[in-house]
Amino acid sequence: MKIVVAIKQVPVRDSQLRIESDQRWIQEDDLGFEINEPDAYALEEALQLKEKHGGEVVALCAGPSRATQTIREALAKGADRAIHIEDDNLRDLDTFGIATLLAGAVKAEKPDLILTGLQSDDLGYGQTGVVLAELLGVPHATIIMQVEVQGGSIQVKRELEGGWFQHIEMPLPAVLTIQSGINKLRYATLMGIKKAKSKEIKSVTPAAAPAATAVLERVYVPQKSKQTQIFEGDAKSAAAKLVEKLKFEVRII
Amino acid sequence: MGVDYLLVDSQFNQEELLVRQTARQFVEDRVIPVIRDCYRDGRFPMDLIPEMGRLGFFGANLEGYGCAGMSNVEYGLLMQEIERGDSGLRSFVSVQGALVMYPIHRYGSEEQKQRWLPRLQAGAAIGCFGLTEPGFGSNPAGMLTRARQEGSDWVIDGEKTWITNGSLADVAVVWARTPEGIRGFLVERGTPGFTTSDIHGKLSMRASVTSSLAFSECRVPGAAMLPGAKGLKGPLSCLSQARFGIGWGVIGAAMDCYETARVYSTVRKQFDDRPIASHQLVQEKLAWMITEITKAQLLALHAGRLKDQGRLEPAHVSMLKRNNVAMALECARLARDLMGANGIIDEYPIMRHLCNLETVKTYEGTDHVHALVIGERVTGVAAYR
Ligand SMILES: Cc1cc2nc3c(=O)[nH]c(=O)nc-3n(C[C@H](O)[C@H](O)[C@H](O)COP(=O)(O)OP(=O)(O)OC[C@H]3O[C@@H](n4cnc5c(N)ncnc54)[C@H](O)[C@@H]3O)c2cc1C
Repeated sequence: MKIVVAIKQVPVRDSQLRIESDQRWIQEDDLGFEINEPDAYALEEALQLKEKHGGEVVALCAGPSRATQTIREALAKGADRAIHIEDDNLRDLDTFGIATLLAGAVKAEKPDLILTGLQSDDLGYGQTGVVLAELLGVPHATIIMQVEVQGGSIQVKRELEGGWFQHIEMPLPAVLTIQSGINKLRYATLMGIKKAKSKEIKSVTPAAAPAATAVLERVYVPQKSKQTQIFEGDAKSAAAKLVEKLKFEVRII
Repeated sequence: MGVDYLLVDSQFNQEELLVRQTARQFVEDRVIPVIRDCYRDGRFPMDLIPEMGRLGFFGANLEGYGCAGMSNVEYGLLMQEIERGDSGLRSFVSVQGALVMYPIHRYGSEEQKQRWLPRLQAGAAIGCFGLTEPGFGSNPAGMLTRARQEGSDWVIDGEKTWITNGSLADVAVVWARTPEGIRGFLVERGTPGFTTSDIHGKLSMRASVTSSLAFSECRVPGAAMLPGAKGLKGPLSCLSQARFGIGWGVIGAAMDCYETARVYSTVRKQFDDRPIASHQLVQEKLAWMITEITKAQLLALHAGRLKDQGRLEPAHVSMLKRNNVAMALECARLARDLMGANGIIDEYPIMRHLCNLETVKTYEGTDHVHALVIGERVTGVAAYR
């Protein structure tokens, strides 16, 4: 079974974020970066499927040059090779643009299964995997908690709300977006890190991608909107003012 | 977690950062949750050994025989992260790799290498290094342990003490005086005439086993002798390896103390509901710590790059070990101070690091002895006697 795993590099969790002066993004200069958490689970799932059923795991990453660190990590953990769609200006693209680039690379590989994380920890759109599947013309399922391979098809378990799960059978090839916690992540062994040095990272320049239709307008720290107003005066006039506010300002009565 | 004031990280390559990440995650997940109880109970976390072996932590900078073949900077970062967890755990890894696997790798016969290195690498066998004796610590050249030849065998008599992993070890690298000078022997657990007893009552390195080894008419085959090591420079070359790792390791302990105290000082409030971090005396201590940690990082990194180029000399390692251990010990003391009463309780790692580092100051050449090595280097006059 040939599996392509799409992985993204995101700022280390719990980083102290500072916003760029133009408010378009966060300052990246002194940030640490790591693999997007759900993608780490997607990679682990791919590695476990390969260990069970044989085949090949190809890590696919669209990102700036610093993302090679995350690609190396995937190779150190056991991915066989990697494709890096390398561009320092990918932030100008929207989900559709990124998914278009990924789809181009996936098509050339003709994999049996494509895994992505459920969502990214930085932007959190949760759409890249789904749009990718549409562009490839293959079925997809999201929020995957379990994957079983049965011949030419797979059984997957989706997480629904309120503790409910959905079990479905899907044909291959397919795209699955993986939920964090589906498996137990492995560490990259020191031997694996050494071995990764000689594994192939194919760096490709991005093909023309559709211009962004969704644009990130402004990045800002959530503003505290809690306000307290105290109505002066006796109870009767205070109550009247309160009713007026609730009616015309808050509009809930 | 990570402490990086001066963008020192920018000097590490991707593989080096990955090694650090693996070690850091392992320590965070597997060591931190158990180490307090191990320290309290005075026991080594034995169940971590196979996993450390699988991850490649033992003999990590050696080539072949299943070893990870890491660079010395990668090895140093590994030591740093392990000692961020506990100096006793780092001692285990240092002894196994630098004091047991290294001499077998460098001075052993092919048969000895085949027999021991893969098992030691995997953590399936444990080793110890017996140099110190009751009467000879800083001056190992005076050792009394002797080995005499009888036919093709060697017969060892004597006593070693303060030996890390002594009673856990499947194989002891024992240094003994022979007519042809000091030589090393691989003595297996269970060899008649070889017994161990643990040292109790330690208030430092409590999560590490320390033992005495006794040899009484202990007969080992000729093939147990390390053929390549003759004279005191055999064991001293091993110590140089281990000291290099210590110079890195203690940075991890210092970082943990600094970071714990830094966070604490921003949360702990005294006088007018202000965090203690808002006082100049407190800031001065934090500023001292982070400055010294950063200098220690740069010293270790430079030493590591020199070692990778084959240019690091024992007198260089003395500076690394002495400076960085003293730095870490002072950081632990300052952190203890900044945390007030909470500085002495084992809910925080400070007192454990502080007590451990008192051992690290003594073993592998005391602070004094390394000062004498540096002194000899710059004056040409040896002042040991
Ligand atoms: C927990 C622990 C684990 C250890 N593990 C091992 C191990 O695995 N294998 C092993 O072989 N050993 C081990 N050791 C022993 C360690 O290496 C020795 O303790 C160390 O070499 C110091 O020897 P000593 O304790 O006999 O002190 P001494 O040599 O008696 O020194 C006492 C004091 O005198 C000073 N001093 C001595 N000579 C001079 C001098 N010429 N000039 C100035 N000052 C001097 C010293 O600096 C020190 O301050 C371990 C020790 C400890 C505490």
